[in-house]
Amino acid sequence: MSDAALDRPAGPAGRSDGLSDGVIDIRDLSLTFQTADGPVYALSHVDLAVRKGEFISFIGPSGCGKTTLLRVIADLEQASSGQISVNGLTPEEARLNRQYGYVFQAPALYPWRTIEKNVMLPLEVFGMTAAERTARARKYLALVNLAGFEQKFPWQLSGGMQQRASIARALSFDPQLLLMDEPFGALDEIVRDKLNEQLLRLWAETRKTVIFVTHSIPEAVFLSTRIVVMSPRPGRIIDIIDCDLGDNRSLDIRETPRFLAIAQRVREGLRAGHSYDD
Amino acid sequence: MSAAASSRAVPRKAGSTVPVLVITAMIMAAWYAACLPMNNDLPQLARVTGLAERYQVSWAIERPVLPAPHQIVTELYNSTIGTRLFRETADGVVLNPRNLVFHAWVTLSATLLGFAMGSLLGIVIAIGIVHSRTLSKSLMPWVIISQTIPILAIAPIVIVALGSIGLTGLVPKAIISAYLCFFPVAIGMVKGLLSPDTMQLDLMRTYNGSVAQTFWKLRWPAAVPFLFASLKVAITISLVGAIVGELPTGAQAGLGARLLSGSYFGQTIQIWSALLFAALLAALLVVAVTLAERLTLKAMGSRP
Ligand SMILES: Nc1ncnc2c1ncn2[C@@H]1O[C@H](COP(=O)(O)OP(=O)(O)OP(=O)(O)O)[C@@H](O)[C@H]1O
Ligand SMILES: [Mg+2]
Repeated sequence: MSDAALDRPAGPAGRSDGLSDGVIDIRDLSLTFQTADGPVYALSHVDLAVRKGEFISFIGPSGCGKTTLLRVIADLEQASSGQISVNGLTPEEARLNRQYGYVFQAPALYPWRTIEKNVMLPLEVFGMTAAERTARARKYLALVNLAGFEQKFPWQLSGGMQQRASIARALSFDPQLLLMDEPFGALDEIVRDKLNEQLLRLWAETRKTVIFVTHSIPEAVFLSTRIVVMSPRPGRIIDIIDCDLGDNRSLDIRETPRFLAIAQRVREGLRAGHSYDD
Repeated sequence: MSAAASSRAVPRKAGSTVPVLVITAMIMAAWYAACLPMNNDLPQLARVTGLAERYQVSWAIERPVLPAPHQIVTELYNSTIGTRLFRETADGVVLNPRNLVFHAWVTLSATLLGFAMGSLLGIVIAIGIVHSRTLSKSLMPWVIISQTIPILAIAPIVIVALGSIGLTGLVPKAIISAYLCFFPVAIGMVKGLLSPDTMQLDLMRTYNGSVAQTFWKLRWPAAVPFLFASLKVAITISLVGAIVGELPTGAQAGLGARLLSGSYFGQTIQIWSALLFAALLAALLVVAVTLAERLTLKAMGSRP
């Protein structure tokens, strides 16, 4: 509730039980949805530790629980069992302290607000001054190459531009943790490449911790420091792959043997987790 | 978005003018044709022979069963533009009660007051229903039941009850209007306030936005297109409420009073002209709300 949280969005790093740079710690986490047609085992015995500054991708077939896991971290969904901490806090405390920015699968811009006003939305909620809001909106819209579109309404922008605006909105209050759910899923290959480069540059500059959901193997390998491969029914982690391609990656890196080897390993992980009877 | 869809539907195509004119002409022709059979038994027609003559007489009877359209328009003209609008009294200049505009104003003021009260009530009820399970369970049945009771039964009760505590004239009529028009506003606003999708709501949740912030920054703007759709219905039935409210007391002023006195004295032309004026008033009110809607939605960035 307090605005003081803005000054230290990452929260007290020292409190994360020993792991001084641990941002997310998930232990034996399961989540079952009770539906009319019986229980849906969305997540089963998930263990994951994410360190500060990592870029983690979740990859897996549709329905394997990627979104659900992200939503548990964001306190938009409650785990049925197991432990989870975010910046050493419970997800709820982390959410109440506004410690993460969430980019949804769709841009989710408010259609009655201009692009600039959309980016200002969290800043308004946090009670920032008008001058500060304007300055930040300008800054982050420029960062995602949307300078000049401040006064446009969402429908006047292409899908890719809308998604960039939603990323600017998530960045606007400078959270140290970014949760991104297939932000580029609906975009064409060229636009996606471009946004991938922009995102990577941004990450390299700011060293935020990013958790990124994707369906695309090249995207995951290109962006991540580690790739989490998941499989469905019940949703679980079947492999975690280090992706040590260095910090200065360009799109050309996708032709290198190292890149292809990692991509191959991800593909094998996905294949192993995929049962053909469904 | 529905906001965009509704505003896009508004501009009329040029090609619709001709069909509208054709239909109007057909209705007029049928109307004139019906005047003779409808007025056939009146003494004015008893001794007239020849079809053409009989028709001509049927369109010019003083108290016909069915007046011809031009008789209504003439009466409307005479009782508005053809009559002095203002009258000087000891208290100063007031609207002339012989002018239909006087009666329209009496009804309109009750309509607008009732519309304002009813819309406000509808919005407040919707906000309560959306934010509280208890209210939604306890209030919603009453909202629905209130509309199953015929207004013609409620109106005299309200007028008499309020009259006994000294409230007469504008306020009781406005209350009947409000009683009618809060319903579509409440129903439309419940739908509108619940219209934000999960993602838009989750976004506010990730910001730890308060209930008030979620309301003002998300639910309310999302509900605005729904509000205007409801207001268009509300304003017309608010007028109906005000007219109905004038009937039970035998009021001296208002379009309802004109309808009533017209029917007492068999002044069918007066009834029809009051009716036509009421219809014009309703159209004007709907146009005003539509205009407000367009300006608002334009400011809210809906697609042109
Ligand atoms: N609110 C809910 N109620 C019931 N079941 C749900 C709910 N949300 C998700 N599920 C189920 O949980 C499983 C995991 O869903 P989730 O959305 O996390 O998958 P995903 O990996 O994000 O898929 P995609 O790649 O298609 O987005 C699915 O089987 C889904 O049907
Ligand atoms: Mg998903």
